Amino acid sequence: MGPKSEELLKNAQQEEYHHLVNRVKPKPPILQNCIWAFIVGGLICVIGQIIMNYLLNIGLNKVDAGSLTSIIMIFLGALLTGLGLYDDLGQKAGAGSIVPITGFANAIVASAIEFKREGYIFGVGARIFSIAGPTLVFGFVASVLIGLIRLIMIS
Amino acid sequence: MTAVKKKGSQTLMMADPPYIASWASIVGPKESEGPWVKDFDLIMEDYLWEEASWEKTETKMLRETIKLALSNQNLQPQDAELLLAGDLLNQIISSSFAAREINIPFLGLYGACSTMAESMVLGSLLIDGGYFERVVASASSHHYTAERQFRFPSEQGVQKVPSSQWTATAAGAVVLQKSGTGPRITSVTIGKVVDMGQNDGANMGGAMAPAAADTIKTHFQDTGKVSDYYDLIVTGDLGAVGMTLLGELFIQEGVMPTPNFSDCGVLLYDGLQGVDSGGSGCGCSACMLAGPLLRKMQNGEINRLLFVATGALMSPISTYQGESIPGIAHAVAIENI
Repeated sequence: MGPKSEELLKNAQQEEYHHLVNRVKPKPPILQNCIWAFIVGGLICVIGQIIMNYLLNIGLNKVDAGSLTSIIMIFLGALLTGLGLYDDLGQKAGAGSIVPITGFANAIVASAIEFKREGYIFGVGARIFSIAGPTLVFGFVASVLIGLIRLIMIS
Repeated sequence: MTAVKKKGSQTLMMADPPYIASWASIVGPKESEGPWVKDFDLIMEDYLWEEASWEKTETKMLRETIKLALSNQNLQPQDAELLLAGDLLNQIISSSFAAREINIPFLGLYGACSTMAESMVLGSLLIDGGYFERVVASASSHHYTAERQFRFPSEQGVQKVPSSQWTATAAGAVVLQKSGTGPRITSVTIGKVVDMGQNDGANMGGAMAPAAADTIKTHFQDTGKVSDYYDLIVTGDLGAVGMTLLGELFIQEGVMPTPNFSDCGVLLYDGLQGVDSGGSGCGCSACMLAGPLLRKMQNGEINRLLFVATGALMSPISTYQGESIPGIAHAVAIENI
């Protein structure tokens, strides 16, 4: 058997095994996960909306109320992470608790807590964005691209 | 020219089978909630055990397990001639730092979660080769040191999938001796690295099952034993998914070890402990062997055990670079003779 046919055989075996794994592997409960994500994600948004409405009612303008709402939601996400509750919520809610801004706070605070033992410079400082970093990088890239598009369209 | 004590392609037979004269295991809080709490030597009440970091805790766990294993025969650390140890952390710091305080000659090992079998393979060979009288073989893992290295920060709100496994917080050590009493290591089969192209980090059992199947099949081919020779064949940390896959592979290969076939990752926890597919980590197979399994051998409930610890030999870097996950498994035959 030449090296070529050996490789073909190996590929075939790997493919066969891959099918076996897919057959045996339990599927995540997608519907259940979606319902939880909807409920928890929705609740987080409702809480944000209640805070926003309250701030508008006490006389803040729309921009200030929006900013302050974000700040409060980030604080709540960070607080629940520090209390060790947000990871339990995430296990149940999945994307429902990752996508809102509270999830972003969770990613940063969880990293900060995790790497504190390596000190403030090489621990917290260097690794605080180890999870949230990609979101920031590609967020910046997207904002630059959109800024360019706007510039071109306006000129 | 054939090596005298080698049989078949990968199996090494002991001329004078070394004794497992004593053993010990230390486990964390979650492991103590499983079915085996009475079989472990010491239970940690929390994940830090009065240390300042999880890494320091893992070092302490391993060091104290080694001391306990020796003190179970009223021996001191300096009564052992060699320490073999390994763990999951970068540069195997838990083992090296534990060895720093044990102060006997030390060989650090890395075989991912197969380390307990790797250390026992080497330990028994060194004793049967006539180089040592008493060797300690050990391994450890800590849930939170492994999580931060291989996965996410502990407080990160991520959703686990049903095929994922829970790295055990546990350490196990066995004292191997040329003379004494206890179960004996009669042969070992050194496994090959087997990679079936799996790259799902949340399904390690699936990546390791082919290696386990290969080593077990080879062990039977090499020794000429029938597959029901052993009272129990126990793999390291395939979990429920990996164990099912191994069963399927056995059928394909014509090996039928059932019903006397199980997995430490499946046994360690109760199904309701939220560990999905089961336990994993060096400590998973180490504490199950140096706890419930050897105790059952001591009581005569099991007389012939094939211990096959399994390891997934990837790193976060290899995963990010798109490499698949290679698996390995070593078999250690332990018998009451």
